[in-house]
Amino acid sequence: MKRYQNLLMMIAVVILVALPLWMVQKPAPGPGGKEVEIFKGADDQAKDVIGALAPGYKPWFKPLMEPPSGEIGSLLFALQAALGAGFIGYYLGAANTRSKYDRAISKAAKC
Amino acid sequence: MHIMEGFLPVKHAIGWSVASAPFVAYGLYTVNKRIKEKPEQRMLLGVAAAFTFVLSALKMPSVTGSCSHPTGTGLGAVLFGPVAMAPIGMVVLLFQAILLAHGGLTTLGANIFSMAIVGPFAAAAIYRLAKTAKLPFGVCVFLAASLGDLLTYVTTSVQLALAFPDPAGGFVASFAKFATVFAVTQIPLAISEGLLTVIVFNALARFNPQELKEMNVVTAQEVQA
Repeated sequence: MKRYQNLLMMIAVVILVALPLWMVQKPAPGPGGKEVEIFKGADDQAKDVIGALAPGYKPWFKPLMEPPSGEIGSLLFALQAALGAGFIGYYLGAANTRSKYDRAISKAAKC
Repeated sequence: MHIMEGFLPVKHAIGWSVASAPFVAYGLYTVNKRIKEKPEQRMLLGVAAAFTFVLSALKMPSVTGSCSHPTGTGLGAVLFGPVAMAPIGMVVLLFQAILLAHGGLTTLGANIFSMAIVGPFAAAAIYRLAKTAKLPFGVCVFLAASLGDLLTYVTTSVQLALAFPDPAGGFVASFAKFATVFAVTQIPLAISEGLLTVIVFNALARFNPQELKEMNVVTAQEVQA
């Protein structure tokens, strides 16, 4: 059971991500044939809510640097994830090997 | 969950920065002290930071038809205590604010408060509570990570509602609107974060039982299980 626990949890995560993609239908184009965007960032939606609550509000500071395009943005996000995942992978690999050696040594010591 | 650059009035931006600063400073102090006393934990601290890096880069779709990302702070909060996550969260937020125009420097204080302070503190408290209730180890970790994630986004909603109260309904009506955008979207993502955190914890507990025992994260019986 324990063996399959992690696998089952990974499958659950994949389902949790895939389900919305399948469930949420793209609404019909609004007036003027404008396509309605779905799955945009919650941060952007919050910006829209702020615009509705305080129409006069003007952001008083601009980001110092913006990714020149969406592609560059996803490059940086991918880099962020890759660095993190790479480190975790290295650590788990090293820990795995270490625990294997430790076990082998304690086994040899017993003989 | 990041409040965008310039989207908090000056007073609020300063207020949240002042509120976050002592946590970051104390967090840095405890992390430094810990690494001096137990240098072997440095790598594990790196894992906690790396996990936050990965999870906060993953923008996932949600049932509300919008996208958001998990925070990944629960793992570190359970391993190293909540204060340690304040400086780690700040590094991640700075990376995204400067390079990605995601979040911002003026809203950094507010974002640290929600993601790197409220989330980890909630996660650590829930972990302790769940342990006291004698729930299985995996369930404790799951509850801590997922509820910590969710509360981060509730905090963001509170921060925005305080800054932009509804002209008619005041804070409450405004909070309801922001919470729909952030907190409801976050529910499936929080579950994902909880599951992913348990997966990593299982791996850590399998390969590093000694270290986790020393850190008082797990008891001897749980390691053997």
